[in-house]
Amino acid sequence: MSVTGRPETKVSAAVVLTDASPATSLPRRRRSLAGLWFVVPFLAVFLFVLVVPVLYSLYLSVFQDKLIGGRSFVGLANYSQLFSDPKFWDGLGRVALFLAVQVPVMLGLALVAALAIDSGRLHGAPFFRMSVFLPYAVPGVVAVLMWGFMYGDQFGLAGNINKLVGHELLTPLSPQWILVAIGNIVTWEFVGYNMLIFYSALRSVPSDLYEAAAIDGAGAWRVVFSIKLPALRQAIVIATIFSIIGSFQLFNEPNILRTLIPSVIATYFTPNMYAYNLSFAGQQYAYAATLAIVMGVVTAVIAYVVQLRGSREANR
Amino acid sequence: MATTTIDPTAPRTAGTDAGSARARRVRRRGSTGPFGGPSVRLTLVMVLFALYALAPLAWLLINASKTQQSMFDSFGLWFSGKFALLDNLHQVLTYDGGIYVRWLANTILYVVVGAGGATVLATLAGYGLAKYDFPGKRAVFATVLGAIAIPGTALAVPTFLMFSQLHLTNTIWAVIVPSLVSPFGLYLVWVYALDAVPTEILEAARIDGSGELRTFLTIGLRLLTPGVVTVALFAVVATWNNYFLPLIMLNDPNLFPLTIGLQQWNLRATGVNATPIYNLVIAGSLLAIVPVVAIFLSLQRYWQSGLAAGSVKA
Repeated sequence: MSVTGRPETKVSAAVVLTDASPATSLPRRRRSLAGLWFVVPFLAVFLFVLVVPVLYSLYLSVFQDKLIGGRSFVGLANYSQLFSDPKFWDGLGRVALFLAVQVPVMLGLALVAALAIDSGRLHGAPFFRMSVFLPYAVPGVVAVLMWGFMYGDQFGLAGNINKLVGHELLTPLSPQWILVAIGNIVTWEFVGYNMLIFYSALRSVPSDLYEAAAIDGAGAWRVVFSIKLPALRQAIVIATIFSIIGSFQLFNEPNILRTLIPSVIATYFTPNMYAYNLSFAGQQYAYAATLAIVMGVVTAVIAYVVQLRGSREANR
Repeated sequence: MATTTIDPTAPRTAGTDAGSARARRVRRRGSTGPFGGPSVRLTLVMVLFALYALAPLAWLLINASKTQQSMFDSFGLWFSGKFALLDNLHQVLTYDGGIYVRWLANTILYVVVGAGGATVLATLAGYGLAKYDFPGKRAVFATVLGAIAIPGTALAVPTFLMFSQLHLTNTIWAVIVPSLVSPFGLYLVWVYALDAVPTEILEAARIDGSGELRTFLTIGLRLLTPGVVTVALFAVVATWNNYFLPLIMLNDPNLFPLTIGLQQWNLRATGVNATPIYNLVIAGSLLAIVPVVAIFLSLQRYWQSGLAAGSVKA
């Protein structure tokens, strides 16, 4: 669901379990400029595609493009316009609702799957691990096209089922259900990915702990609550943060479904769709940049709060 | 036993033969849960999970083998009518002068250069950060980690505008250059290198007169392999599946990757001159999935160990 300009390799989220600080240099570590040369190529591209665009959008956001008169400095006018723009609030409210429901459901399912696969009590655990993960390898576009077809009442599964029961039982593409339908697609795409993050973290629990627990007579549930869930805390925080970022950027799913049901999904269905349509259909680049910055700040603040809460609870 | 307190720091209870025998049994079974054998109920729960994950893929496979007509008038989750898979695939590859093949080649180009480049840059930088000290290292690290949290939303529009000023939009570079940066890839290699590449070995190589780059290529890289494979694999998937970036950057169909091309085909079903080619969209989608799934399945051993090794080192 990520719409990042740069495709991210988020896989390593599990790795963030480590608390090792980069600054704790070993005495033997090489002190020289040689290290810099290893980092420079990355940094050069990084500046070009990340730092400069952020600065550029900050710059754009204080200007306004007019058909007559060209670009003029307007201070914070774009921001005040945005904060009183009902379309912006409509989209923001929708992704907030989406986030509040879809993220807990998806992460809960991922957690259950990871615990089940790690429990050692499954027939064919590797099969389940692979098959639950598989949808992650499916391009988001293909996933949406596929689910869009299945949701349809022509040759979709929804249509098949409705015909079977004789009335309109399933209408995933109707205005009431569309957000649920999108949530289902996103869950399908990413539940396996999150499962794998949790599973990797579980694998890192030293087996002595389980042995000690067994000796102490702890039952399976006790082990889940006393060992496994605490061991997963950091992984859960990381997965939550990435899911929040993903939800705020929601774009692919509604944008592609829109081709099926343009009357249900508006051009400002999510803030990101709004930004896209403002700039590529409306040529309102400065206003779109403002929207992008505000969404960036909102996302960063929420991600930061989650991180803070996560680490505070860890310290309790 | 009344107490179930588990103290991770407590030494292993010494001399309990029963305990260590049990532990041995647990290890032999290769599981982490010493609590009974396989459970049917738990397995059934996971069967539901697997069905949820696989049913849409089954739907795709089944419908890729139908003609457009029987797609409309038959049950979605079972075969019906003529088995048209090969027909459909043939049509996909030849439709519109074989544009699909062009899209496939573009996708491969973006993946090889973009994801390949991202892996190289992340590996070099991660290794450099893990194994050297240099002025400004802390700042580099903080900036890169901060960048992970920057939502792409804040970047897409300005990146497009910047690229269009530089006349880079609607070129392959518009897709490739932003794909080259993977802050998370860098982070993974950095964490991995801290542990997998002992500084002593590097010192020994230096004493033997090996240059820094040569030391990296002959020793560092070899030790980093599972981490690098993991970064590469997920960069490949991200680039193969990328939609938003090419969507905003490209409008020449000859430069499209598969994701954009398939959506363009899908769009033909709507509008004034609507000529639905759903069978091509579906068969083309199936074809687009196969390489990624194949890579994941065949490299399973590497990326799973890369992931695990990454998280084990906590």
